[in-house]
Amino acid sequence: MSDTKVKKMLFILSKGTIENAYAAFVMANGARMEGIESEIFFTFFGLEAIQKKKLEHLRVATVGNPAIHMPTMLGGLPGVEALATKMMKKEMEKLDMPPVGEFLEILSDSGCKLWGCKLAIDMFHLEKEDLIDELDGIITIGDFYARADQEGTHLLFI
Amino acid sequence: MKKLIAQREIDVNEEGYLMDFNQWDKEIGKSLADEHDISLTDRHWEVIDFLHEKYRKEEPLSIRGIKKSGVIDIKEFYSLFPGGPLKVSTLIAGIPKPKSCI
Repeated sequence: MSDTKVKKMLFILSKGTIENAYAAFVMANGARMEGIESEIFFTFFGLEAIQKKKLEHLRVATVGNPAIHMPTMLGGLPGVEALATKMMKKEMEKLDMPPVGEFLEILSDSGCKLWGCKLAIDMFHLEKEDLIDELDGIITIGDFYARADQEGTHLLFI
Repeated sequence: MKKLIAQREIDVNEEGYLMDFNQWDKEIGKSLADEHDISLTDRHWEVIDFLHEKYRKEEPLSIRGIKKSGVIDIKEFYSLFPGGPLKVSTLIAGIPKPKSCI
């Protein structure tokens, strides 16, 4: 409907904090909702978001994150990161933001392709069984570039 | 602005969404669907009924809400209303475009 020149969005999620995962998810889902194709390539710590055992335990970083407005020493105390994460999740729930697992289901059902990075998966000694069932495959970065197969494709590193 | 839909003058905004839901009826819905190359089936109407119900209750629409609707799943929603399902379906249903990012 809109006249946007953006036709396809490719995201590389390299970080394992909850705010980065949600950034990728919201943008990828938002693209699909606008009729734009989208795909996510999970690499390095971004793989935390597609590991069955870890994906519901992503946290917000309270150390080294000036925007959290907390003294670094306080942020490092036991339980502080968990508390900050709990508070953030509560706010997200109010906005009807789905939890990570459900968000991945929504993305997959919406036609957003989800890819695991072969190199990082090998490096972390992960098996296919460790990863979500919605994963479309384990590919190389070269394979991912090949997905940029049309005019108006954009690639974003998170 | 005014737009001729199903031989009637209808008030729409710059994106083509109806300004007044009272001007909507099934003929208008069909005509708007035609513009998006969608021919409405019973399944489409079930979804439109659901959207109207949410609109009447003033409940915000989101893709997660569709998943939880019990009326339709997300895959079918995308296949029934290609090219941005919430945007397209609300336009056909004569209700405002959802403001949520999710």
